[in-house]
Amino acid sequence: MEQRKLFKGKRTRTPGGEIIVRLSGVRKRYDSDTLALDGVDLEVRAGEFFSLLGPSGCGKTTLLRILAGFEEPDAGRVEIAGNDMQGVPPYRRPVNLVFQNYALFPHMNVFDNIAFGLRMKRLAGDEIRARVGWALELVDIQGLERRRPHELSGGQRQRVALARALVNEPEVLLLDEPLGALDYKLRKQLQVELMNLQEELGLTFVYVTHDQEEALVMSDRIAVMRGGGIEQLGLPEALYERPASRFVAQFLGTSNLIPARSTGKREVETPLGRLRVGEDLVPGKDLTLSIRPEKLRLSRQESAAPNRVRARVDDIIYTGAENQYLLDASGFELVAYTLNSDIQEPGYEEFDYDEEVVVHLPEENLVVIHE
Amino acid sequence: MNKRASWKQLLPTLGPGALWLFVFTLIPTLLIFYASFLQRDPHGWLGGPLTLENYRRFLGLTSEGFDPIYLRILGRSLLLGFVTTLVSVLIGYPFAFFIAGSPRKNLLLLLVVLPFWTNFLIRVYAWIVIFQRKGVLNALLGYLGFDPVMLYPSWTAVYVGTIYTYLPFLILPLYASVEKIDWTLLEAAYDLGAGRIQGFWHAIFPQTLPGLVAGVLLVFIPAVGTFVISDLLGAGKAILIGNVIQQQFGASRDWAFGSAAAFVLMAVVLTGLWLYARWAGERGMEELV
Repeated sequence: MEQRKLFKGKRTRTPGGEIIVRLSGVRKRYDSDTLALDGVDLEVRAGEFFSLLGPSGCGKTTLLRILAGFEEPDAGRVEIAGNDMQGVPPYRRPVNLVFQNYALFPHMNVFDNIAFGLRMKRLAGDEIRARVGWALELVDIQGLERRRPHELSGGQRQRVALARALVNEPEVLLLDEPLGALDYKLRKQLQVELMNLQEELGLTFVYVTHDQEEALVMSDRIAVMRGGGIEQLGLPEALYERPASRFVAQFLGTSNLIPARSTGKREVETPLGRLRVGEDLVPGKDLTLSIRPEKLRLSRQESAAPNRVRARVDDIIYTGAENQYLLDASGFELVAYTLNSDIQEPGYEEFDYDEEVVVHLPEENLVVIHE
Repeated sequence: MNKRASWKQLLPTLGPGALWLFVFTLIPTLLIFYASFLQRDPHGWLGGPLTLENYRRFLGLTSEGFDPIYLRILGRSLLLGFVTTLVSVLIGYPFAFFIAGSPRKNLLLLLVVLPFWTNFLIRVYAWIVIFQRKGVLNALLGYLGFDPVMLYPSWTAVYVGTIYTYLPFLILPLYASVEKIDWTLLEAAYDLGAGRIQGFWHAIFPQTLPGLVAGVLLVFIPAVGTFVISDLLGAGKAILIGNVIQQQFGASRDWAFGSAAAFVLMAVVLTGLWLYARWAGERGMEELV
């Protein structure tokens, strides 16, 4: 629930800056049969925390490398801060990248690593010292200046990598799974710190991750990628609550996907029987319904109201905060989560193995996917 | 490894190696050191009393005045070592990258190692066949309409032979370093504003240093001490410190003076290495030495 809260907090901010990254029709092919990017259009606004989310091989890292300038697109246009990036080498782009494995210079100490970009710009020694000091403080690693990367912990290296990029004050900070190598606790902590940093400094982040929870927690907007294209783009809650495809429904969180055929304006026929849905349909079409496990209502009370189905408890998974029920609804498997709150009121009851329950699938939570 | 591991813990792993070094390196070295203070007796053996005469002679302090012939020979040997190392680096450095980036790297590595399958002496003799008056090189030059060149015997031939012999010792350790290069560091340098030259210098070159240092040592030390190459390709007229030492232990049968010459050579090389290590240490490259 703590994560939900952070994410609700984020939601109050709507990114409204000018467009700072604009991709149109970006294509990239590595060799004859692997299409890395298949005509991607994308706009990122200044001050936005924008995530590229997808499984490995979906093209998210290629997209990031194109923004950084390590790869040239075969076709399409890349604009950063209003300038066409065609033929602009990485060292002349107003972006900096935080590498997946940090790519810190092993033969330089922390200070020299962070100062590297400033030295390349030939700033004066005093100014370099001042700005490196600022960056060290920003990521909270004062006192480690003289250490070498191999003398640092994973989390400290991560902070150095971040400081080394931030100290150059890039127009856009690119992050390639920056927390991927860290353990769970540290990752959670750094997620919050990264969000605060991004918000305080008003930076634009383009953040690549394959961790859907991380993307939901941190992002202002998410582009879910698949097979070199953008599957769905929007606010985290829009993607979670209204997935536009089976892929998004399953990649972002867990979903019950129910094959259905529309029989009336707001009615479908499913393996669970007839269900009412919350949107108008053209009859006679094959569809998929998606409903999140936590939206299912379990109860012992029989009801003749619509969208109630009978099911038997097949398995119970106790995860601490939640009870996860695997239900058998006349041969169709459903997953339902209930909060483990010890309240014995409708919606919060606990059930036993093999118990018969009534499952309510609220029509407003049944998302129609036209696939 | 735990720095505070006790001697007892280290003994099983370090013991055999340490024993080997003790018996076959330290003891002989100490014997040579001792011999360098002895004198040649009338039968060509070693005898007392202890003297500094061998070192005085090497430094050119003779009864007839100052004659630094051996110092000049030592200088010549060091020059050969420097030039050989420099040329090997100039050829070997790009070549190591070329091998590492080539799709046929196994074949190229095989070609680098291939000469070792032939005896060293035969390979040096082969250069005589190339360089001699009616040799392969002059036949080729004549065919192309050029005048013949007299390269055997000559210092040029000695230099070519030495570089040819020791170049692989630079390429192989350097290749091992180049092969392991983390190229994302170059991307990181570019990303932070480094151009191509800066990127190479700050992100790639430091990664090749361990291999480069190893290669330089493997070339410089034997090149300074070589005597076979100068003997063969110089036809006995190109005298290096190695030839001096060999003569004392062989024809001249003055083991005491030979020991002193060997010790001076060792001292010069070790002092050089020590100075280098200090310099590298000050620049924060301890692990590269």
